[in-house]
Amino acid sequence: MTQDLFLLTLLFLALLGAMAWPLGAHMARLFSGTYAWQPRLEAGLLRLLRLNGDDMRWTVYALGVLLFNLIGLLVLYGLQRLQGGLPFNPQGFGAVSADSAFNTAISFVTNTNWQGYAGESTMSHGVQMLGLTVQNFLSAATGIVVAIALMRGFALRAAAGLGNVWLDLLRAVLGVLLPLSLLLALALAGLGVVQSLDAHVTVALHGTPGSTQTLPLGPVASQEAIKLLGTNGGGFFNANSAHPFENPSALTNLLEMLAIFLVPAALCFAFGRLVGDRRQGWTLLAAMTLLFLIMLAVFFAAESSANPLLTALGVDGHAGNLEGKELRFGLAGSSLFAVVTTAASCGAVNAMHDSLMPLAGLVTLLQMQLGEVIFGGVGSGFYGMLLFAVVAVFVAGLMIGRTPEYLGKKIQSFDIRMTMLALLATPLLVLAGTALSVVLPAGLAGPANPGAHGFSEVLYAFSSAANNNGSAFAGLSANTPFYNTLLGLAMWFGRFLVIVPVLALAGSLAAKKAVPVTSGTLRTDTGLFVGLLMGAVLIVGALTYLPALALGPIAEHLTLFGIH
Amino acid sequence: MDIKQTPQSPLSSASTGRSMARASLLDARLLRPAVAGSLLRLAPQAQWKNPVMFVVYLGSMFTTVLLGLALAGHADAPPAFVALVAVTLWLTVLFANFAEALAEGRSRAQAASLRAAKKNVAAKKLRAPRRDAGVELVASTDLRKGDVVLVEAGDTLPGDGEVIDGIASVDESAITGESAPVIRESGGDFSSVTGGTRVLSDWLVVRITTQPGEAFLDRMIAMVEGASRKKTPNEIALTVFLVALTIVFLLACVTLYPFSVYAATASGGSPVSLTVLVALLVCLIPTTIGGLLSAIGVAGMGRLLRANVIATSGRAIEAAGDVDVLLLDKTGTITLGNRQATRFVPAPGVEEGALASAAQLASLADETPEGRSIVVLAKQRFNLRERTVGELKGEFVPFSAQTRMSGVDTGGQRIRKGAADAVRRFVEAQGGAFPEAVSAAVDAVARSGATPLVVVENTRVLGVVELKDIVKGGIRERFAELRRMGIRTVMVTGDNRLTAAAIAAEAGVDDFLAEATPEAKLTLIRREQAAGRLVAMTGDGTNDAPALAQADVAVAMNSGTQAAKEAGNMVDLDSNPTKLIEIVAIGKEMLMTRGALTTFSIANDVAKYFAILPAAFVATYPQLGALNLMHLASPQSAILSAVIFNALIIVALIPLALRGVRYRPDTAEKLLRRNLLVYGLGGLLTPFAGIKLIDLALVALGVA
Repeated sequence: MTQDLFLLTLLFLALLGAMAWPLGAHMARLFSGTYAWQPRLEAGLLRLLRLNGDDMRWTVYALGVLLFNLIGLLVLYGLQRLQGGLPFNPQGFGAVSADSAFNTAISFVTNTNWQGYAGESTMSHGVQMLGLTVQNFLSAATGIVVAIALMRGFALRAAAGLGNVWLDLLRAVLGVLLPLSLLLALALAGLGVVQSLDAHVTVALHGTPGSTQTLPLGPVASQEAIKLLGTNGGGFFNANSAHPFENPSALTNLLEMLAIFLVPAALCFAFGRLVGDRRQGWTLLAAMTLLFLIMLAVFFAAESSANPLLTALGVDGHAGNLEGKELRFGLAGSSLFAVVTTAASCGAVNAMHDSLMPLAGLVTLLQMQLGEVIFGGVGSGFYGMLLFAVVAVFVAGLMIGRTPEYLGKKIQSFDIRMTMLALLATPLLVLAGTALSVVLPAGLAGPANPGAHGFSEVLYAFSSAANNNGSAFAGLSANTPFYNTLLGLAMWFGRFLVIVPVLALAGSLAAKKAVPVTSGTLRTDTGLFVGLLMGAVLIVGALTYLPALALGPIAEHLTLFGIH
Repeated sequence: MDIKQTPQSPLSSASTGRSMARASLLDARLLRPAVAGSLLRLAPQAQWKNPVMFVVYLGSMFTTVLLGLALAGHADAPPAFVALVAVTLWLTVLFANFAEALAEGRSRAQAASLRAAKKNVAAKKLRAPRRDAGVELVASTDLRKGDVVLVEAGDTLPGDGEVIDGIASVDESAITGESAPVIRESGGDFSSVTGGTRVLSDWLVVRITTQPGEAFLDRMIAMVEGASRKKTPNEIALTVFLVALTIVFLLACVTLYPFSVYAATASGGSPVSLTVLVALLVCLIPTTIGGLLSAIGVAGMGRLLRANVIATSGRAIEAAGDVDVLLLDKTGTITLGNRQATRFVPAPGVEEGALASAAQLASLADETPEGRSIVVLAKQRFNLRERTVGELKGEFVPFSAQTRMSGVDTGGQRIRKGAADAVRRFVEAQGGAFPEAVSAAVDAVARSGATPLVVVENTRVLGVVELKDIVKGGIRERFAELRRMGIRTVMVTGDNRLTAAAIAAEAGVDDFLAEATPEAKLTLIRREQAAGRLVAMTGDGTNDAPALAQADVAVAMNSGTQAAKEAGNMVDLDSNPTKLIEIVAIGKEMLMTRGALTTFSIANDVAKYFAILPAAFVATYPQLGALNLMHLASPQSAILSAVIFNALIIVALIPLALRGVRYRPDTAEKLLRRNLLVYGLGGLLTPFAGIKLIDLALVALGVA
């Protein structure tokens, strides 16, 4: 069992590195505009779309990002509300309710893809394709351009602007996400993921004459590809990647996991190239990978232990906790997927997270609460990790007796203000949202289980929403006006209360001159710094959430195993 | 050749402030006012300035109210327990106040000992800027900038100013600790005088250049005192960081109440008490660094004062830690203040003794250190007796900017010494020729990094005197140290490239600027800054002022002109250019102390969680008792131990905050590794031991 996981993880990381490295190189070139074919093509595209291609100050860049997402939000809300009258609706679904549409629109625009609804019984193919899938691309592109803008903040010297937001969005969608999705969609369809515009097929059940089964169909493979590549996670079906039409085999399972980490890993390589020091990219990747392996180890240790409540009923516990798992994937395939999907802010699931052992549930919770920086969402994981790097550099820089600097840029009071603003946003939303929900009657109606587990369900929902993960612990009845609204707000602010300060930080850094490196400079490409960065992530995250976690999964774990 | 007079600067700094500085931390003279100060600082407007401690302050008030309620019968927790927590929280606030008051007291005492020199004296204010304009007696504090005063032998200078007439010897020992009087005269580099010094002979007419209360010392004292102390950029950034952490923990603790209410409803227990929540909050927020932050800044300024440096901006002290390039004047910093004659190189056909004799004659009336050294060398080598110009019946020809030579006319002989080109012109103007061999000797001397002086008698060139710069002992090692710290040293000199290169190589500097003019210096600083580097320099002359104003850390010598002092952001009372290296270390220590205590403070939280969480939820989830790794006796003793540890650690770290984390010149990587080990790992482990010990003590005392 452990050997399975070990080999699978090794294979996974090796393939990831092999694919992310060239993609990172491609993205670095693409976003610097150094391909020979770029200038003419891009100028033409901008002319066609009547967009201005000028260099933008951070404020204009941020305004562009906000405007772009606001329009996306309105369109997606409109599509859902008008669903009944729109084409590609073979099932004849009516309008989605106002609060659910609000929640879903924010959810897909913010790259969260939290789903309060069941896809196959709520959304028409038309809305899935035109609304949800389109936003899967656009929200991922938003993450990428913000990450690129922050990289430019470090790479540029004494610059007024951060680049052009429209051009960057075009590059992200057309130059990165579309080609990758096309390849992946074809591969998945080839491996058995369904792709059809029909409603469903009704088949007679073999061996039981007279009874039939309805098999839902849809443009699944095409949505599946971007769902993973864009770390969106919103499944075509409610069962998400546990559904055999979304994820039929061990091979597709591996492919899907790789797709989740591909762009986040490639961004590290792109960073190294853009700032002209590849070791810097490797450092971030090393910190992410090590944190990931620690989380995986804890998760797997918890999952391979038997649930004492089940063993008491005479269930053989040797295979570990198989409750809520797809046996097609087994313990290793499910564990790796669960840790990957919560490390990255994907939220696609191939197992029931509500059925995880308490400590495994804690790992998934904590990974989200750390701010989705262990690989993290497309773009957002990268800029989140850089925020922690800024914190690490700040404290360490003081300890060597210099004004802290990262990649030659001095970290001063404005930069710290923006960094801390971005890092404060999600704990505020998670803790305040959870607190409101466990006090108000409307919130208390949600959890399916009482006590510590019920608390974990609510905490998981807000951690997932505010950190734009979108996976669910399930168990929580969240499709209510109360949760739809509160979680919708958590998703929106969890996204943009981070993005705006990050762009402000990028603008401030870009405007600075670079300090030359001397032997008195804190090196940020060493093992020591990897350790420091991991420490910053774990300590800030753990200190913020330890009390809440103690009342949830930790109390649950101690109760379950009768530890006193 | 530029024979610039450089004031002799004492290498070892004897000073007036030393005895005070060495006073122990526990000196009663400092402790008593500090205790009073810590009580005075309980005023809300004083607390508001420090956001982290303000939260503790509010927490103390809140628990006091809870105590009142508990006594009135609305017990949130046992009244004795609430009382103990409330008292400990108030003590936490007082300890932080005490640290700040103590640091201020020490720095103020330091400054006061310097200020003692600044007595309030009667000033002879002149009605017009002439000596004979008639005086009226006014108090020195009533003087305004621009007033002109007469200072005569025996008078104390009423304020900082610029000499506009007269020449006098002045005793500046009160400020510099150097007992030899110095000459002050109008014009040039020696025209600035400092208030509090005493005129020993003759008289001066001085224009006052500072408003009373604005003089350097006053500015520094004002910076130390709370009222006008501005936070430095780094201090602001750190405060932002600490405030953000405080908000995070505030959130974690405030939301914990509803969480525990939910948990208690489900498990049938009771929710966490408010007293415990406040205790948890105070333990988690970074009180250690928050309480000591301002003390660290004040102590940094105090350490600077102890080094006899007056800073006029806190920003500059911090910038000193960041310096990448040090511009060091060659003379006085890298080499001993002056060049010394080391060798006579006679022209062909000239006896070495004859050259020595002529050189000595030409130097007899030359009081510059170079001139004296020629006389001494001639006496040592050829036992030539010193003669006086009077007994030779000669006439001394002083150095002038036009001839660039000095010498003596005696009995029809015109003996001169000077730079090769000046002598060549002198010889050729009289129809003589400058021998090739001497030219070659001149070049050879220059190439070796020494300065050639050519001696001539009428038209006959006698030879070359080699004047050599003596590089200070140990300076090479200092520069190697600086290089390890990542600081580049640039030697600035008026010498030609050859000479400069030779000395640069001998002293081990990284770079040099030869034939430096004030403009060249300014350009160099701008170029370094454009490349993102921070530049520190020292200067004394008026012509250094533009460069001083441009540099990030500019240390003016106290012996320098008023213009130089105004342009710089620090004044070195010892006028010791090597002090720059010490200033850099003080700047770094200040930042390091902040960083170290921040790390320590955050690392402490881990143990505090393990102490408080199981205790706080004992009534909700007793199984969380498994987290009680320290096996603390009871929930109440656990919480009390954590709060008490949190308060005591502030007191325990006051000496470190005041002394500063010692800076050792080393690479960033090694420094970080060491400090992470000491303050990171140490911060993680110390509270486990500390809290356990306090718990044992509480149990032994029967308190909990």
